[in-house]
Amino acid sequence: MGQTEFEPWNDPQAKPLIQFRGVTKRFGDFTAIDNQSFDIFEQEFFALLGPSGCGKTTMMRMLAGFETPTEGTILLGGQDIAPIPPNRRAVNMMFQSYALFPHLTVWENIAFGLKRDRLDKESIKARVAEMLKLTRLEQFASRKPHQISGGQRQRVALARSLAKAPKLLLLDEPLGALDAKLRQDTQFELMDIQEKTGTTFVIVTHDQEEAMTVASRVAVMDHGRIVQADTPARIYEQPNSVYVADFIGEVTIIDGTATPEGDGYEITHAEGLPPLFVKTDKSFARGQACHLAIRPEKVAISAEKPDGRRNMLRGRILDIAYLGNISTYLVELPNGKIVKAQTANTRRLANRPFTWEDEVWLSWSDTAAVLLEG
Amino acid sequence: MRRAILILVPYLWLLALFLVPFLIVLKISLSDAELSIPPYTPKLDLTAGWAGIKEFLAGLDFENFEFLTTDDLYWKAYLSSLQIAVISTVMSLLVGYPIAYGMANAPDHWRPTLMMLVILPFWTSFLIRVYSWMGILSTEGYLNQLLIGMGLISEPLTILNTNTAVYIGIVYTYLPFMILPVYSALERMDASLLEAAEDLGCSRITAFWLVTVPLSRNGIIAGCFLVFIPAIGEFVIPSLLGGSRTLMIGKVLWEEFFNNRDWPVASTVAVILLLILIIPIILFQRNEQKQREAEG
Ligand SMILES: Nc1ncnc2c1ncn2[C@@H]1O[C@H](COP(=O)(O)OP(=O)(O)OP(=O)(O)O)[C@@H](O)[C@H]1O
Ligand SMILES: [Mg+2]
Repeated sequence: MGQTEFEPWNDPQAKPLIQFRGVTKRFGDFTAIDNQSFDIFEQEFFALLGPSGCGKTTMMRMLAGFETPTEGTILLGGQDIAPIPPNRRAVNMMFQSYALFPHLTVWENIAFGLKRDRLDKESIKARVAEMLKLTRLEQFASRKPHQISGGQRQRVALARSLAKAPKLLLLDEPLGALDAKLRQDTQFELMDIQEKTGTTFVIVTHDQEEAMTVASRVAVMDHGRIVQADTPARIYEQPNSVYVADFIGEVTIIDGTATPEGDGYEITHAEGLPPLFVKTDKSFARGQACHLAIRPEKVAISAEKPDGRRNMLRGRILDIAYLGNISTYLVELPNGKIVKAQTANTRRLANRPFTWEDEVWLSWSDTAAVLLEG
Repeated sequence: MRRAILILVPYLWLLALFLVPFLIVLKISLSDAELSIPPYTPKLDLTAGWAGIKEFLAGLDFENFEFLTTDDLYWKAYLSSLQIAVISTVMSLLVGYPIAYGMANAPDHWRPTLMMLVILPFWTSFLIRVYSWMGILSTEGYLNQLLIGMGLISEPLTILNTNTAVYIGIVYTYLPFMILPVYSALERMDASLLEAAEDLGCSRITAFWLVTVPLSRNGIIAGCFLVFIPAIGEFVIPSLLGGSRTLMIGKVLWEEFFNNRDWPVASTVAVILLLILIIPIILFQRNEQKQREAEG
């Protein structure tokens, strides 16, 4: 993020804007949100990430006021929001389904919330114009929602929720239907808006890169639970579980047993292969089952046996995925295990040093991998 | 070729069942009454050939249309029918909208049952249902018995044979035609639109006026036409439930036809009624068309 560290969640003095206190939401006997307690701070950009059906939208709907928690309380600025109806909350939501008013034009859709605030005509006009410009919808102002494309509709929904400049903005997959370029521009716009207005954002996304780009913290959810909520860097570098490591980015998980050794652990993972070493503060019992998670870009790939590395494995290139700027190699170890390694394509494709079926060495540093409990 | 046939079939249907009868009625309206069978003149005599057609055309005139303007019974009947139809339509809307709204918001598994209840009256003959209203509304009828029994009134109310009974009859009979289109519009509405409206600062009531009503507009318009168009020419309800002072064009038409046996005047009344109705029918079609376009 910015120059000065923005980490209110580490500051015991900081007052959270939103507090979930033991919140459970059930639909019949299905538990959509399972006893969650966490805080979201003012001016945060809080991203919810998780597989379909894990409860992201439900979380948002409770904040917006369309669902009430079955158990527990949600505080907004220290105040229980349960008795406050949606129209009195300083919260706006962008719906996953957009929920645009089909009988109103794009312009009227965006102005809808402003008119409810009984603003005068001129300020409504100015504000709508601003929103249209921001979302590049100027030419479509007088169209009805059924006369514009899916991506344009999504932008109308975004503009409509932004228009009132609420204290808390809930965006349920706001950019999913946009092309890569427009999506990136809009992401930066969102961050810009956030910096300018100090609005707190809670954003649902299926796009990890997006979560990583925009979020101050990312919450990875699974089955109604937040598994880990942390800065993008920590989520990526120090996942607290195999689930998170696996969900965010690419990773190779090697199962094994831990043996204390110096300031870390030696991991026995396969018969006949040398043990791996991980430097960590975490403590494991001797012989405890564990998982070693290693990101592909931290795995070096070389033709010659590298010097001075404790983590070295020999394998055969099974497949190469060329992604333009980087290439991912799938390397098969003698025991059949596949490890991913990534290299930046600094040279032209023709000069690529390795090809299919090559025997190569994989290596990584003592601190590169993360050791996770079983 | 198949396409042409497909298009042709409904047109032939319309031609046979609508246009041809209309032309016959139009022809009779231009004829003069006469004591004979059929009771009008001129009659087309095709055996006389071209001369016969010429003679026939010469016999047609607009006398009956002129006659309708001379007797104020007719325009009063048209106006009164119009008034009764408009008021009945508004009342049907006021009664039907809440019912449709309740149905659309009922739990999913109830809806087929509720729909059934709305359609159920059609399973009984219309005439029998109107007769039973006579039983309910008459001075010694069930309604008065109930009200007197409850001690709400001491003297029986006179409802039967008044315009009130006609309104009750029309609203009752045509209510399903109001409920069904409104219901289908409301049911199609996406519930998240109301949430979005609330989210943007509307109260429930404002959200109803700003979102629900406009989005059910086409249903309302369709329902109103479906009630208004048959109500204006209604004959059975005013003659069974209405009084001697209930003036409706359907009744006038009946009397001209069957009591006076004046087919030409009766036909003229019918033709003018049709001309009056063509305007709302065209508007109705336009509304349906627009709706189809909006839904793409
Ligand atoms: N009104 C409801 N009644 C019953 N179950 C519901 C209801 N709303 C949500 N659920 C269930 O709760 C779970 C969480 O739903 P939710 O919409 O929050 O998922 P999500 O994380 O937003 O998924 P997606 O990424 O697909 O949008 C799902 O299994 C869903 O079926
Ligand atoms: Mg969702």
